[in-house]
Amino acid sequence: MATLLEIENLKTQFFTSAGTVKAVDGISYTVDEGETVALVGESGCGKSVSALSILRLIPWPPGKIVGGHIKFNGVDLATLSEEEIRKIRGKDIGMVFQEPMTSLNPVLSINEQLSETLITHFGISKEAARVKSLALLEMVGISDPNRRLDQYPHHLSGGMRQRVMIAMALSCEPKLIIADEPTTALDVTIQAQILELMKNLTKSLGVSMIIITHNLGVVARYADRVNVMYAGKIIESGTAHDIYHNPQHPYTLALLNSIPRMDQPRRDKLDPVEGQPPDLTKLDDGCSFRFRCRYAVDRCANAFPDLEKVGDTHFTACFEKGRLKESVKVVS
Amino acid sequence: MSPETDTAVVQGSKAKLGEILVDVKNLKMYFPITEGIMITRTVAEVKAVDGISFHINKGETLGLVGESGCGKTTIGRCILQLEKATQGEIFFEGQDLTKLSQKQMSPIREKIQVIFQDPFSSLNPRMKIGDILGEPIKVHGIIPDKAKREARVRELLSLCGLNPRFADRYPHEMSGGQRQRVGVARALALNPEFIICDEAVSALDVSIQAQVINLLEDLRDEFDLTYLFISHDLSVIRHICHRVAVMYLGHMVELAECDELYDHPHHPYTRALLAAVPIPDPTVEAKRAHKVVQGEVPSPINPPSGCVFHPRCPKAVDSCSKNVPEFREIKPGHWVACTEV
Repeated sequence: MATLLEIENLKTQFFTSAGTVKAVDGISYTVDEGETVALVGESGCGKSVSALSILRLIPWPPGKIVGGHIKFNGVDLATLSEEEIRKIRGKDIGMVFQEPMTSLNPVLSINEQLSETLITHFGISKEAARVKSLALLEMVGISDPNRRLDQYPHHLSGGMRQRVMIAMALSCEPKLIIADEPTTALDVTIQAQILELMKNLTKSLGVSMIIITHNLGVVARYADRVNVMYAGKIIESGTAHDIYHNPQHPYTLALLNSIPRMDQPRRDKLDPVEGQPPDLTKLDDGCSFRFRCRYAVDRCANAFPDLEKVGDTHFTACFEKGRLKESVKVVS
Repeated sequence: MSPETDTAVVQGSKAKLGEILVDVKNLKMYFPITEGIMITRTVAEVKAVDGISFHINKGETLGLVGESGCGKTTIGRCILQLEKATQGEIFFEGQDLTKLSQKQMSPIREKIQVIFQDPFSSLNPRMKIGDILGEPIKVHGIIPDKAKREARVRELLSLCGLNPRFADRYPHEMSGGQRQRVGVARALALNPEFIICDEAVSALDVSIQAQVINLLEDLRDEFDLTYLFISHDLSVIRHICHRVAVMYLGHMVELAECDELYDHPHHPYTRALLAAVPIPDPTVEAKRAHKVVQGEVPSPINPPSGCVFHPRCPKAVDSCSKNVPEFREIKPGHWVACTEV
């Protein structure tokens, strides 16, 4: 498969009064055509900022992309002018945000919001846009779409709003969709509906997807490849199978061990990661996970380990990966 | 129709079972929807909780699980007497809380505490952690002496895995996980018997969530606490609870011992919920059938007739839209509200 998006050494920083926050600190990954790639990590690890950087949606001040390349279809998005990037936003790259309650405009009808994108990017008439919007609502499984078109976001439930967001993201036949925690605000049965919908639509339309989530279950069900992030860096990357069955970074292992699993016998105690994530304004040269790491050795303080190949598709950034491998009990 | 479970197995808890601590009988909580400014009249009612009965044994953790708006938080608020129940009785150690005055309720409040979901809004931003923890001890007159009270606050902090020096800090100086530990310490301040954990770990990141779950389990064992654990997270509920009740739109649809419920779910809604939870294992996920339950939760203002789940239920028959299913015991300790089981 051809590479659609290639991110190289992306750095996004926020310049605040408390210091420079290195939210994204030199990450590189690729997304192939038709592939679903997950960015996983806890709050504040930079997963959302890295996605917003792709669309150049980082507000300045205080945020700024300070380095790296974002090659989409051969074009470096980081170097485009504001006018040029607007032609790509919503057209070639669609976005689904977390909060279906706040990401739709409350004073515009569903039709106006869907049509606006279509009119802007395709230059079609209002009437034609309405016909297309109707078809989009049908595609995302909204019943009685004709009535819904004239309603406002507050008439819709959370699940339905997220369906509208998906319709909007797909409206201009994008090549890539960035879904930032698309189901975090939804109940489990609605979450399952929305994720199935996104999976089926991206498969049938051949759209690539970057899914950002903290839910390891969602990743296991829907992602082809996984990038695990910690404190602004990708610390492990591989296929879903690599990450879940053969974790090669202490943080990934710790994450997997800290969640209770419904398909396994109940454990007496969970095995959490001790401590707190680091302050992103006070990062030093060493590995940012070393303070919470059970495998940390002296040299972890001296340099941040590079992502190194440990399998055909599997990379990890840990000096002690050999020692980790010996002690990992591979689950199932 | 209070479900009796003598067979409940309590793992990892020293408390003896059998004694009922909390007994809720036919609880109903309807919130009126009013119209008019000067002369208000009730035009409709939100049936948040519609006839629920259950009990909690001493030393037990009962899980209450369900989606947004199913009434699980309202039950907790009714037990705490933060809402005046429309109908029904709530017995705590044999006393009906719904019949007590504010003054009579005061000594009982010491024994019933709550941990809220949001560690950011449930701590007063203008109070130091030490004052947040010390205030209930002072109000209830447990330790009148200031120096001794401060010692108790430091003890509570270290009990919950926090540095005692945090007593001089303000909530904004702490992370979400640390604030939630303060929430736990506050609930423990009065040596309660019963703690309602209302989505107590839902706002936390997975690594921090596991820390707080372990803390809650350790404290349960150390102080023989009884929990009502309200959550929408089925994996967390399974880990921490002895018995689990599943709620849907103000009704209890299934109640059983934890392993029994997860291994042999009977109600179609429980099955749908369990099927919807993704398992963090790609191999397991590849083999699972992803049967997604259709539709959305209807409005509690105008709930469906008969069984409230029938419009979404894959097993529904004609009679489901007419008759309200009885909450019946199909096996010892396993209760289901469905006629088609």
